[in-house]
Amino acid sequence: MSAGVAQALPGEGVRITTNPDTEPFWEAAKEDRLVALKCGSCGTFRMPPTPFCPNCQSKEKEWPELSGRATVFSYSVVHGFPGIKDIVLVAAVLDLEGAPGARLVSDIVEVDPDDVRIGMEVEVLFSPIADGWKLPLFRPVTSG
Amino acid sequence: MSATAPDVAIVGVGATPYYRRGQSWPRTITELAGDAILAACEEAGLSVTDIDGFAYYSEAGAGYGDKFDTALFMETLGIPEVTFSATLTSGGGGAAGSIGLARAAILSGDANVVVTVMALQQARQRLGSVFAAAAPNPINSFLQPSGLSGPGHLMSVLTRRHMHDYGTRREAFAEIAISQRQNALNRPKAIMRDPITLEDYFNARMIADPLCLLDFCLETDGAIAVITTSLDRAKDLRQPPVPVIAAAHGGSRDWGRAFAWFGMPQETFASSGHAAVAKRLYDRAGVGPEDIDVALLYDHFSPMVLMQLEDYGFCKKGEGGEFVESGAIRYEGGSIPVNTHGGQLSECYIIGMTHILEGVEQMRGTAINQVSGAELALVTGGPASLPVSGLVLGKHL
Repeated sequence: MSAGVAQALPGEGVRITTNPDTEPFWEAAKEDRLVALKCGSCGTFRMPPTPFCPNCQSKEKEWPELSGRATVFSYSVVHGFPGIKDIVLVAAVLDLEGAPGARLVSDIVEVDPDDVRIGMEVEVLFSPIADGWKLPLFRPVTSG
Repeated sequence: MSATAPDVAIVGVGATPYYRRGQSWPRTITELAGDAILAACEEAGLSVTDIDGFAYYSEAGAGYGDKFDTALFMETLGIPEVTFSATLTSGGGGAAGSIGLARAAILSGDANVVVTVMALQQARQRLGSVFAAAAPNPINSFLQPSGLSGPGHLMSVLTRRHMHDYGTRREAFAEIAISQRQNALNRPKAIMRDPITLEDYFNARMIADPLCLLDFCLETDGAIAVITTSLDRAKDLRQPPVPVIAAAHGGSRDWGRAFAWFGMPQETFASSGHAAVAKRLYDRAGVGPEDIDVALLYDHFSPMVLMQLEDYGFCKKGEGGEFVESGAIRYEGGSIPVNTHGGQLSECYIIGMTHILEGVEQMRGTAINQVSGAELALVTGGPASLPVSGLVLGKHL
């Protein structure tokens, strides 16, 4: 049973807030760059961004730019959202290429939900949301 | 193995009627909770003025959006002095563990008669969309935009991975829903009392695929209170004391914030997050899964029952689907009857309290679906952000 093409929530209704630990991620997304937090001391990646490295307790931070590719670790096909009854979302937990151990929760768009699989390769795109921010979304890898 | 000597006991339980979501209004949530506390005292043969301790869980949350306040209970119920008032952190994961908090208060000498209470009223905010309704903050901004709007949506992602890693089938989740509905059919207070079939399950609306409507717990209102006291004090009271054999709460960082961060390593990801607590609980109790006669497993969503069966050692990791589909959890004919009260899927959802209540009734020998000869009951808190928790109750003294 096909559910049509998967969407993301309408951007104007999606709000985020930031703090000094998380802001670099969102500032990079505004520039269409996908980054992840890497410990400046031992190199361990972590997401979402937190003040300390859980591996070595360092507060040194690096924000390397990633390839934008990711692998689907798991996902759910969500039918409906409060106030948007008919929307179909493919909400996914993604392993980020180049940032081992760091995951991102996002939506896969431009795909028939029936075609999504664990292990599928996806790539980032950036979509405007409220207050001038951008949200990283993902779609199946189309090239190379 | 033999169980360790207990030091505290549950001596009273009290409950309001169970209501469908929002239908307890215009009774206030303080009234619901107060009714449950007074009923528990009455059953125990205690005066409400004997209460000197409060041991909450879920950060003393009263359902979603409301908060309990010990001073308000003292003011409205006429409790003269309190010497202990504390809560476990996070959410429904601590339900069973709150009895351990009560035990800690009693063993330390801080309090003698300790009440644990939960009330749920969904007139303003329903559970099913609780995460979509939350104000954005820097942490949930990494989750909320995905549209995973409620707890079941989040746990459907764990479920998908379990199916992928172990070949678990939806038929197993159906068996959990069907068997628990079967257990609710003869219960006067149960909200859902119509039998369901495999066909009903597969025809049910998909909410967050792979989870359908019948995998989700009910959205209900009500309140339950439980009174724990020392074994010495318990001996003079109205009910045969139900001893606390062991209680444990906590968990490992691999699970951590669970489906609020999704960073768990692969094996922990497709689990209930209870493995560490299960081990400590059994170690403390001096028993193993083979000794448990009835399991009251927190069932906010049916696959989490299956994953708890694995984490509590009733079957091997990854074999929960096969185990459940074999009929092992049935009240009649199963090797380990699960949620004999119908659970949160079919009886009523009060954030884990119905499981404690059923555990007490099973150990008193007064349960509606009594497991014949049952001597040990396992009660768990919800697979959720840590702490998660477990409780082993023993046959009444």
